[in-house]
Amino acid sequence: MARIDLDIAHSYRANPQQDEDYALLPLKMSFADGGAYALLGPSGCGKTTMLNIMSGLLAPSSGTVKFDDIDVTQLSPQQRNIAQVFQFPVIYDTMTVADNLAFPLRNRKMPEDQIKKRVGEVAEMLELSGQLDQRAANLAADAKQKISLGRGLVRPDVSAVLFDEPLTVIDPHLKWQLRRKLKQIHHELKLTLIYVTHDQVEALTFADQVMVMTRGRSVQVGSADALFERPQHTFVGHFIGSPGMNFLPAQVDDQTLVVAGHKFGLPPGSALPEGELKLGIRPEYVTLTAADDRTALPVNITQALDIGTHVLLTGQCGDLAIKARLSPDQHAPACGDTVWFGVLGSHTCFYKNEELLP
Amino acid sequence: MITTKPVNQKAWWLVLPVVICVAFSAVLPLMTVVNYSLQDIFSPERRVFVGTEWFALVMRDEELHAALWRQLTFSLAVLTVEIPLGIMLALAMPAKGWKSSAVLVVVALSLLIPWNVVGTIWQIFGRTDIGLLGAMLQEMGYDYSYTGNGTHAWLTVLTMDVWHWTPLVALLCFAGLRSIPDAYYQAARIDGASKFAVFRYIQLPKMRGVLMIAVLLRFMDSFMIYTEPFVLTGGGPGNATTFLSQYLTQKAVGQFDLGPAAAFSLIYFLIILLLCFILYNWMQRVGTDSKEGSDHE
Amino acid sequence: MELELEGISKRVGAQPWLYDMSLAPKTNAVTVLLGATQAGKTSLMRIMAGLDIPTRGTVRVNGQDVTGVPVRERNVAMVYQQFINYPSMRVADNIASPLRLRGEKNIDERVRSLAQRLHIDMFLDRYPAELSGGQQQRVALARALAKGAPLMLLDEPLVNLDYKLREELREELTQLFAAGESTVIYATTEPGEALLLGGHTAVMDAGELLQYGPTAEVFHSPKSLRVARAFSDPPMNLIGAEAMNLGVQLNSGPALSISLPGLVSKHLTKALTVGVRASELRLQAGEGDVALPGVVELAEISGSDTFVHLSTSAGEVVAQLTGVHYFELGTSLTLHLNPAHVYVFDAEGMLLVAPQRRGRN
Repeated sequence: MARIDLDIAHSYRANPQQDEDYALLPLKMSFADGGAYALLGPSGCGKTTMLNIMSGLLAPSSGTVKFDDIDVTQLSPQQRNIAQVFQFPVIYDTMTVADNLAFPLRNRKMPEDQIKKRVGEVAEMLELSGQLDQRAANLAADAKQKISLGRGLVRPDVSAVLFDEPLTVIDPHLKWQLRRKLKQIHHELKLTLIYVTHDQVEALTFADQVMVMTRGRSVQVGSADALFERPQHTFVGHFIGSPGMNFLPAQVDDQTLVVAGHKFGLPPGSALPEGELKLGIRPEYVTLTAADDRTALPVNITQALDIGTHVLLTGQCGDLAIKARLSPDQHAPACGDTVWFGVLGSHTCFYKNEELLP
Repeated sequence: MITTKPVNQKAWWLVLPVVICVAFSAVLPLMTVVNYSLQDIFSPERRVFVGTEWFALVMRDEELHAALWRQLTFSLAVLTVEIPLGIMLALAMPAKGWKSSAVLVVVALSLLIPWNVVGTIWQIFGRTDIGLLGAMLQEMGYDYSYTGNGTHAWLTVLTMDVWHWTPLVALLCFAGLRSIPDAYYQAARIDGASKFAVFRYIQLPKMRGVLMIAVLLRFMDSFMIYTEPFVLTGGGPGNATTFLSQYLTQKAVGQFDLGPAAAFSLIYFLIILLLCFILYNWMQRVGTDSKEGSDHE
Repeated sequence: MELELEGISKRVGAQPWLYDMSLAPKTNAVTVLLGATQAGKTSLMRIMAGLDIPTRGTVRVNGQDVTGVPVRERNVAMVYQQFINYPSMRVADNIASPLRLRGEKNIDERVRSLAQRLHIDMFLDRYPAELSGGQQQRVALARALAKGAPLMLLDEPLVNLDYKLREELREELTQLFAAGESTVIYATTEPGEALLLGGHTAVMDAGELLQYGPTAEVFHSPKSLRVARAFSDPPMNLIGAEAMNLGVQLNSGPALSISLPGLVSKHLTKALTVGVRASELRLQAGEGDVALPGVVELAEISGSDTFVHLSTSAGEVVAQLTGVHYFELGTSLTLHLNPAHVYVFDAEGMLLVAPQRRGRN
């Protein structure tokens, strides 16, 4: 187990000039020993590149990777003693489940009786004990992925276990069981776990700290709560939550806030700078208010969708579309109604140049 | 409620040309051969039904037994040399970039040469007076002669086949290797696997499908080898390089023993069919075994 | 276009793939085929398209029997899970291909307007392989739309995309379909997607058509346990129960006071199943709520919601809580449910009681 410190940048081109040339823009990050982290972002955001740099499958074009203050930038994955689980289960077809699990240990010349013991323990933990003598090739995808996982966990001394979207091929109804398994394993073994995914549920469920990435940049590192309540960047607001945060262009002019032509007093206690900003409000926090409320905008409902557990409203205010998610206990307006959406409240965030204002 | 829908019969008409072609190119000749194998024909008017007599005659033919034995040994030798050599070549080939394409073209060159030309090339190559190979071996003190020494002739035919066809095996294996996802190699690096372990536990199992095809192709092809030894040695010296198909031709065309030749070709046909069947079933079984492993692209 | 399937069934060899079913999808609107993989959605779509002939039954288009008519002679557009485009053609030519095939005029103009609607107009000169997955699927969709077919079949078109992209594209599709130019059949495995698409939904399971109706109605009043299972995500909590005076007794759990309808026969009162939607289990007790104590197995956080898996005396349950909540594994937690908000299914799995729908006058 180890603390991992990154101070890196990576470009697949020889002489990166502008931001677009980088797969990973210069970035500093520290992963605490025994922590559970997730790297979350859409495809092409650089998260897998970052993972491969940590595991040593890829050398960063500049910067250093440190494990417990030791520079490992030039070391191979074996020397770093890292384990990695890939998107598609990698298993050795011709071996039995037990031999698959024992493979990393045999390669490291561990005594056979210790191997046996360790494989037994890991199989027990992953509920693979009954299948140890079966040929791995004939198992279902989730069992195969458990084997890949087991090969990562079987080495007692790994620095960290890295996961690259490991649940992609798993049936949805089995996913939560594997997520729980991962959580439990983290609980029991206190390993440093780093998990790459594009799925917000997986990231937020699995990790204590989530790094949200877009276009080779880390835009926020924080807990699920922080990412949801106070997104540091408009991208985080958009990416976390479904649907994502509403962003409304706004303007502060002479101590008044103007949104879609409607004037509001500045929220108490906030010091918003003059000029163009964006107002961000989550659909969950948009409220139905009385007409002419001092925190609300009049909207024309263009879509009222019963999504079972909630009602999803789309309201048009001028050319702005605002989404609201209402609890089914509330009386929902119908399409074509004009109602008032409360958009200013304790959950409202303000952004300048896409960054959250304090 | 049952509604019977008019089944479209057009398809049968579309298949008809193929049926006719196959009838003329395969079924009719086969029936002719069967006809010959059961009769002794002197002229179109004078023919005697002889039953299985030709078959019995052929089965007792010592020369045929020798040719069959020679053929089997040769085919086995071809496989034992070409398959491992092809795998090694494939492993040594560069995987990406212009080097990869260049090497692919060079490796494939020998596959573009027609059989009889291959025979001619080696005929000259092996000559002790003007051939590079023959002259060199002479210089080195080996009394090499593919026209005089049976073993030398046999080995020359084998070398020739290896030279000509190993690239096919290599190309097939190369394709098999390229289809292994990168994650397997990365996982192996992380598991600390040695180069040999990577070969033994990843590359070889993942190549099994294409290897089966390579084995099948090379076995069938070498079992029917005709042109190259015919051009090189004409089957000699003695009978040293007279393989099955050549023996058959000698019988039918050379001695005009149509009855025994027909009976023999039927037996030949059955042997190939049987071997095909065995290999195919083996392949099928291995194929389904490795299927689950190979569908993670 | 009016599509009507009557008494359709399909066998392949001895294996029944589709059991006898009749379905008349709403004309020029969206019908969602909802079901797990292998439920028969694709088989049914292939019959609608004319790619397969049903073993029995009739397919009618605008009242005319077209059962044996091959797909070439019908005007159908289809979009698949995989992003299927012509790899050697530019995006513009890909979209134009169905128009060229029919020898139409103003092709360029129409391609451009379609590309604009799907936000791929800046990629018209590129090849499909140079685009991301989401863009490739947009090209495939544009090509299908270019065909202007009165019947559009979409077989899990978004399943291979990242979830944010899925959200965006789904919304764009809903807007395109709202134009009402063609009858749209949309297959999906996700209940959430069906709800977001709205329209009508046909729930399928193991080759059977279980229920068809307006999407929200099917969701709120599933005819049977099987429909409830297929149309809930997270899965509806199902707890065995027995009828008693003035309500039901959950197996090794609390009693709920529910007014059951006059039960037809005695044997049905024995093994009832109570269904509780994950969103009906709450942290705060309301009036008349029943407590369900348990131990936390996992809390899955989506941002907007937290799904708590709880192990209780009545079995394992999932609760959907709004917002982000943290629970350590193994913590004790008590959830509350209102007996007025549960479903009751009889011994044969048919719906006895559905909760009153709230928020309506």
